[in-house]
Amino acid sequence: MLDVIWLIPAFPLAGFLLILLFGRKLGEPRSGYLAAAMVLASFVVAVGAFFDLLSIDDEHDRHHVETLFSWVPVDALQIDMAFLADPLSITMCLFVTGIGFLIHLFAIGYMHGDPRFSKFFLYLNLFVLSMTLLVLGENLLVTFLGWEGVGTCSYFLISFWHERDSAATAGKKAFVTNRIGDWGFMIAMFLGFAHVGSVSYGALNGAAEGGGLSTRTATLIALFLFVGAVGKSAQLPLYLWLPDAMEGPTPVSALIHAATMVTAGVFLMTRMNPMLAAAAPEVSQVIAWVGVLTALFAATVAVAQTDIKKVLAYSTVSQLGYMFLAVGSGAFVAAIFHMVTHAFFKALMFLGSGSVIHGMHHEQDMRKMGALRKVMPITAITFLIGWLAIAGVPPFAGFWSKDEILLFTLAERGPVLYVLGLVTAILTAFYMTRQIIMVFFGEARWTSHANADEAAPEDVASDDHHVSTAHGEFKPHESPVIMLFPLVVLAGLSIVGGVIQLPSFGFIPHDWQHKLESWLHPVVAAGEAHITGSSAYENKGLLALLAIACALVGIAIAIAIYVRKVAKPVEPELLANGWYYDRAVSDFMGGPGRKAFEAFAWFDRTVVDGAVNGAAKLVKAGAGGVRTAQSGNVRNYAGIVGVGVVLLLVWFVIGRGFF
Amino acid sequence: MSPVLAAVVPTTAYYLILSAVLFGIGATGLLVRRNPLIMFMCIELMLNAVNITFVAFATRFGDISGQTAVFFVMVVAAAEVVVGLGIIISILRRRPGATADDLAELKG
Repeated sequence: MLDVIWLIPAFPLAGFLLILLFGRKLGEPRSGYLAAAMVLASFVVAVGAFFDLLSIDDEHDRHHVETLFSWVPVDALQIDMAFLADPLSITMCLFVTGIGFLIHLFAIGYMHGDPRFSKFFLYLNLFVLSMTLLVLGENLLVTFLGWEGVGTCSYFLISFWHERDSAATAGKKAFVTNRIGDWGFMIAMFLGFAHVGSVSYGALNGAAEGGGLSTRTATLIALFLFVGAVGKSAQLPLYLWLPDAMEGPTPVSALIHAATMVTAGVFLMTRMNPMLAAAAPEVSQVIAWVGVLTALFAATVAVAQTDIKKVLAYSTVSQLGYMFLAVGSGAFVAAIFHMVTHAFFKALMFLGSGSVIHGMHHEQDMRKMGALRKVMPITAITFLIGWLAIAGVPPFAGFWSKDEILLFTLAERGPVLYVLGLVTAILTAFYMTRQIIMVFFGEARWTSHANADEAAPEDVASDDHHVSTAHGEFKPHESPVIMLFPLVVLAGLSIVGGVIQLPSFGFIPHDWQHKLESWLHPVVAAGEAHITGSSAYENKGLLALLAIACALVGIAIAIAIYVRKVAKPVEPELLANGWYYDRAVSDFMGGPGRKAFEAFAWFDRTVVDGAVNGAAKLVKAGAGGVRTAQSGNVRNYAGIVGVGVVLLLVWFVIGRGFF
Repeated sequence: MSPVLAAVVPTTAYYLILSAVLFGIGATGLLVRRNPLIMFMCIELMLNAVNITFVAFATRFGDISGQTAVFFVMVVAAAEVVVGLGIIISILRRRPGATADDLAELKG
């Protein structure tokens, strides 16, 4: 399967082209099934490739480059359209296509009745194509192609319901904010070419490992790559597009803005881990700090959100912060581990919220929900599993990955970052508990607006298969099987996802420990931190208990406040508005920023355009004088030619001294 | 042939003078006449005046390249006649009696 690794992106490409050509004819739901089948086919190829790699005994031979064609052959710059199959890229492919398939299935139910049904799956397949290109690329340019592709699809899908002003604006915001990150990515690429003469991962990482790069160059490349990662993975200070991206349909939020695309930055940093190892140690410090501050910041904001998807959005930003904390602590395996488990439980919860929104007739305000477990039992149970996983309750998947990140943080970065991480863990458990209480428990607040008009008129996905919209009675309902199936599968994965990387506790069989670490070892060997001798590692059992305690404390506080009502909920405006960061940015850009841009525009109009227009005017005036020579009279011309000949003759004879 | 004429041995200068006269006639005609057809004929006159110089010098120096050049001039002139006459005829068909001075559409 390794030599047909290109099939992984080829299947979604075929789906994209087929839907592009015949989408209207296929219609609903066949275009959805076609798209899902293509992603499933990619998944099968990825599984085959996985076992092929696994069957290679020597872990250093688990590395296969498949070159399709020479893409940019320009003198010294030789870039191939080549795919790299190694443990990291195959891990990414497995969960991108696997979860992608489940979300495609969910979307068939969720997008039911949408007039642009087939177009939605067109974009989804294009997204999977770009994402697989991103992770499979053998050089930075192929990855960049995918990088831009997922950004474009993200833009299309956020503003999928572009009739809504907020959706169109959110799409633009995501696109523009991502440009800043793309700039960093491109600078890193240029630097790599300037100093190594290649943009392929093998050459760049080889130079970094072999000491062929000065620390200064490696630092610059690593920093600029991190700028790219910050944009794509929604870290401070560029996180602000992600909460707005929730304007897109919920399957999009689950696929792009939780499970796959936003983790591209973490993937990139892991892929380039030898570069990070060769860079100045301050780079990792910066990454760890950005990560932990983002995690804490977003967790505080999530505490006060009332929109069901906004909570999950800020939670995603926060969890991505954990992944960057891991990257900054040299825990690349833990970062990928958390990426995978996060993809399981966050996709689960986004789809669960999609199911809730679907059942609530496109109501997203949690204050109008409550007690939904009675009408949506399967959604509720699966969502609760996701909640336990993200809160960090063992044995659910999120506990293992978060615990490992915190362990590395304490060992590598010291107690300050560790405590910040723990506080974030408490907040995570708190806001997620708050969410499930508001949505699934307590009293039903939706009867109070028993009115079909609540389903806002601009909602495109129609609810014509519900009796309720026709007249009067508003009643939430459980979602169809095609939406529940992905929920159940993801819930199962969220429970057992931790087995891929169990820690070395005494009670866990030795064969079951550190599976992911030994699998990813050849890729991350250069950058991975070794903490086995540290005091943190000696006390890892104690630390795990501490993490569990934090999760339980968070849950307990939330129950005390929202169920027992021992204290009034603390949801200050400050947090609900995200510390006014978003407002501050838009105010700054609207005020002084706008003035600065206007000054630039003035400079452009008067000086730059002035120079250009001045040159044009000069030429025009000169031409106006010269063109009178063009009399249009043939005999005139003939006369001038004659005079010219005579003058030339005179010059030859007298000037040059002929004869 | 009369003895007087037989006594005159034409030298290269003769041909050059003839050529210069022909060229002068052609150039003057081109400048003073307005009928496009006549102007066209004047151009032919000038071209062939030059041809005579080519041949004269080729004979004088025993070098064939002058005569070769004449062939090129004739071929180009033939091509030019085809195009030029075509244009002139189509102009005259649209505007009968037009002179070269009337055709000043390209005035700047």
